Amino acid sequence: MYRVAVLGDKESIYGFAALGLDVYFVTENDDAEVTFKKITQSDYAVIYITEQLAATLSDEIAKFAYKPSPAIVQIPGVIGNTGKGMENVRKSVEKAVGSDIIFND
Amino acid sequence: MATKQVNPTRMELTRLKKKLATATKGHKLLKDKRDELMRQFLDMVKVNKQLREKVEKAIGEANKNFVLASASMSNETLAAAMLAPKQEVLLSVSSKNIMSVEVPEYKINYRTPDTNDMFCYGLAFTSCDLDDAVSSLSSILPDMLKLAEVEKSCQLMADEIEKTRRRVNALEHVMIPETKASIRYISMKLDENERATQTRLMKVKDMMLKEAHGY
Repeated sequence: MYRVAVLGDKESIYGFAALGLDVYFVTENDDAEVTFKKITQSDYAVIYITEQLAATLSDEIAKFAYKPSPAIVQIPGVIGNTGKGMENVRKSVEKAVGSDIIFND
Repeated sequence: MATKQVNPTRMELTRLKKKLATATKGHKLLKDKRDELMRQFLDMVKVNKQLREKVEKAIGEANKNFVLASASMSNETLAAAMLAPKQEVLLSVSSKNIMSVEVPEYKINYRTPDTNDMFCYGLAFTSCDLDDAVSSLSSILPDMLKLAEVEKSCQLMADEIEKTRRRVNALEHVMIPETKASIRYISMKLDENERATQTRLMKVKDMMLKEAHGY
C-alpha cells in the first residue's frame, strides 16, 4: 500500500492532515531539498507540492517527470494560483505535439 | 552515390535488401504507434486540463475557508485540531498499458469507512469555517488523485511520443534513404561489372578468332 504526501508551507496544506494525507511543513528557508529527497525515497505514490515551493525545487522535480513513480503534482497554495501547474500540462503538450494546440484559445 | 562506403558484392546486396524490408516494416509500425499514442494523448490531456481547472478552483475555495478558520482561531487550537487525524488514505497502485506505456492507476482505500472521520477534532473549540474547509477538501480528494493519475500518464505518454517520433523520423529520413542509396549503388556497380566482363569476353573472342582464322 502506498501513501500520499503533501509538501508546502503550513498555511497552505495543514488541512490535508485531516483527510489522512501525510503533511510535511516546509518553508523556503528550511532545507526543502533534503525533505523532498527523503519523501521521494519513501513509499509515496503521489506527492502534492505547492506551486511556490515547487518553483524552488524545479530541478529536483524535473528528475521525476518521466519516471513511473512517484507522481508529483503541483497544487496552488494559500498565496494564490500562479498558473505553474497548468504550465506543466502545456509543456507536455508541446513536448508531444511539437506546438501548443490545446491552450492557445 | 552512396553516402556510406559499402562493398559492392552480392552478399552485401542481399543483406541490405533484408535491412530495407525490416526498416520499412518497422517504420510503418512505429508510425501507427505514434498516431495512436497521439490520439490517446490528446484525449487524456483534455481531461487533464479540465481536472486541473476544477481542482485548482476547489483548492482555492478551500484555502479561503482555511484562512477564515485560522483568523477566528488561535494557532495553538488549530495545530491541536490537526494533530491527530483519524482518517488515513492508502493507495493501491496498479498499472495500465497504453501502447507500451505503463501508466499508473490509483485506487483510494480509506482506513475507516465513515466519511465523518475526517473531522478529527472536537467541535467545541473550533470554528465552523474549519469544518467547511475540511469538507470541501475531502470532496475534491478523489479528483485530486485522478488528476495525479492523468497528469502522470500525460507526462509519460508525451515522453514516449517524443521518442517514437524521433525513431520514425530517423527511419524515414536517414535509415531508409541511406539503405536505398546503398542498394542502388551496389546494383549499379554489379551491372557495370557484368557489362565489363561481357565486353572483355567479346574482345577475347575476337582476338582468338583472329589468331585461328586470320580475320
